[in-house]
Amino acid sequence: MELATFLIQLLNSVQYGLLLFLISSGLTLVFGIMGIINVAHGSFYMLGAYLAWSLTQSFGNFWLALLLAVPITVLLALTLEWLVIRYLYTRDLLYQVLLTYGLILMFEEIRSILWGDDVRGVSIPAALDASIRLTDTLSYPVYRLAISGLCLLVAASMYGLIQKTRIGMTIRAGSVNREMVQSLGIDVTMLYRLVFALGVTLAALAGMIAAPVSSVFPGMGNQVLIVCFVVVVIGGMGSVKGALIASLLIGLVDTFGKVLHVEVAGVHLLPELASMSVYLLMAAILLWRPEGLFGKRG
Amino acid sequence: MSPITHDRPPVRRALAAAAALSLLGFINAAPVLAQQPKLKIGMMLPYTGTFAPLGVAIENGFRLGLQEQGGKLGGREVEIVKVDDESDPAKATENINRLVSRDKVDVVLGTVHSGVAAAMVRVTRESGTLQIIPNAGFAPVAGPLCSPNIFRTSFSNWQSGYAMGVEMARRGKVKSVATIAWRYAAGEEAVKGFKDGFTRGGGQITRELWLPFPTVEFQALLTEIGAARPDATYAFFAGAGAAKFLKDYDQAGLRRTIPLVGPGFLTDGILEATSGAAEGVETTLHYGDGIDTPRNNAFRLAYAKTFKLQPDGYAVAGYDSASLLAIGMKAAGGDINRRKELYAAMEGATIDSPRGQWKMSPAHNPIQDHYLRKVIGNENRVVSVAVKALDDDPTMIAACRMGK
Repeated sequence: MELATFLIQLLNSVQYGLLLFLISSGLTLVFGIMGIINVAHGSFYMLGAYLAWSLTQSFGNFWLALLLAVPITVLLALTLEWLVIRYLYTRDLLYQVLLTYGLILMFEEIRSILWGDDVRGVSIPAALDASIRLTDTLSYPVYRLAISGLCLLVAASMYGLIQKTRIGMTIRAGSVNREMVQSLGIDVTMLYRLVFALGVTLAALAGMIAAPVSSVFPGMGNQVLIVCFVVVVIGGMGSVKGALIASLLIGLVDTFGKVLHVEVAGVHLLPELASMSVYLLMAAILLWRPEGLFGKRG
Repeated sequence: MSPITHDRPPVRRALAAAAALSLLGFINAAPVLAQQPKLKIGMMLPYTGTFAPLGVAIENGFRLGLQEQGGKLGGREVEIVKVDDESDPAKATENINRLVSRDKVDVVLGTVHSGVAAAMVRVTRESGTLQIIPNAGFAPVAGPLCSPNIFRTSFSNWQSGYAMGVEMARRGKVKSVATIAWRYAAGEEAVKGFKDGFTRGGGQITRELWLPFPTVEFQALLTEIGAARPDATYAFFAGAGAAKFLKDYDQAGLRRTIPLVGPGFLTDGILEATSGAAEGVETTLHYGDGIDTPRNNAFRLAYAKTFKLQPDGYAVAGYDSASLLAIGMKAAGGDINRRKELYAAMEGATIDSPRGQWKMSPAHNPIQDHYLRKVIGNENRVVSVAVKALDDDPTMIAACRMGK
């Protein structure tokens, strides 16, 4: 591999890794801090993408669509938390999986009724619809770089929120000992409601941002759900830093797994190996550190 | 064709038994036979999901063809039973069994998805029900899995790949090509076809890139293509994946430096979602926009009038399925159980299709012209004929043991 190609592939891995982080950061919050296994996380990603598509259709402006879609998802998340999720905090993991799986089925049906089953495309907003020339054959789309920038921004603000603010401190305390925090006079119920809303909004936001590059289609959320869980497991429960590093690791392994040419006795081992590489990485890390890279030792 | 004599369908035996019983005065079967009950056609097509528009187009085409036959096939009225196959292979066996065993249809029309078609073929090979496949290009259907009662009116995945391979090699200036496709049956068959046509003409495949179906993270592989600098890229994707691929290829700056070609599915039905990113992409298929023949113009006009929609290649395959069935039923005098006459007529049939005349091969796959098409605006405009009267993959023809 030439040096230039290698560097571009490195850029590809970082870009993919950051997008993964954006999608899975919400899951890390809800799964890691609240201890809720939300398998409907992917559905919120899909919902965000469809919202971005339909609002862009109606208003003709992607940014305006984003501006409207975010409050819609926040409201939806708060309602859902109040309706169903809050009954899960004291329940067994099985109940959480069953209930959120039910949510997946509901959201798919609602999506089908509201928006149909067709493949949709969202145009890249005009301001970012350009490419930077890298070699004589290759260019890099500006929009993808903008996504990476946004992902870094989200990572930084999440770190700031959780490590440096008072709310972050109570969130962390609540994740360790819910009863103690409550008995100190902190409204844990409201705290959890906010965390859940934040998690859902992050997933939906990822769907909105990714819509122009990934196209919008039924079942798109379930495709990303599994890799999101891999990110959270590798990074360690509840660690935002872990999720970031795990995302970047997966980006690297997936990208180079796809392009490296491994041939044994004339038989290509790839891409069979490429589709497995991410899970091999997860297995190896779990063998070495069962609690994940930055998880709390149990 | 010999196998029919020893492959006697159970229906026939039942009728023979019924006739014998009626002679003995137990039941009176004669009036029932004389009444000529309606010919029951089971349509097993996708009516929901990504492929729903394709299922509707096929049904529309079939209904138009039927209407042009005066609504009758071999003098018999037709009754249509519909099943939504959801393009779900997991539900395919149950769905086809329902049509064959419970509804007892005489003919099955279906389907789009190759995995579902494979499951259907397993059942109809057993039951002996006549099956017409109006889309799924899954190769073994006209190869090792071929059967006297199974016919295809669309294409094999290999055919369109091969046509593009021949076209690229003919140009002389294209010497090296990188291929990129989903690794599943259809993708592998299309790439094999392209390779067969291109390398036979002296071309060379420099990189073969694969992705697991249906993932759409193309960026790393596009970088590889840019670095390998082939003279052209051959890509097999369809539906949502194709739309994303065309956009990514364009945004990576590759569309202007390394021409992109593929089978017709790469650009069919999704051009509006690509917002111009596919302009100039060349594909090969048995149908396209702007085939200026009286036959095609008349078909397009009738279709547009009846359904208020423009027809596509899927509608044509549905339409041709009706023509093929009409030819068979006419030869059999309206009696679906005269299998020998029915199949002999269908097998040798020449179909006067909107796509141009084509002939059913001995392995039951169309021998047909493949067109070179170019994306102009939202159309796949036909430029020329890439290969005339193209038969299927020789290895599949050899693997079909029917009549040998």
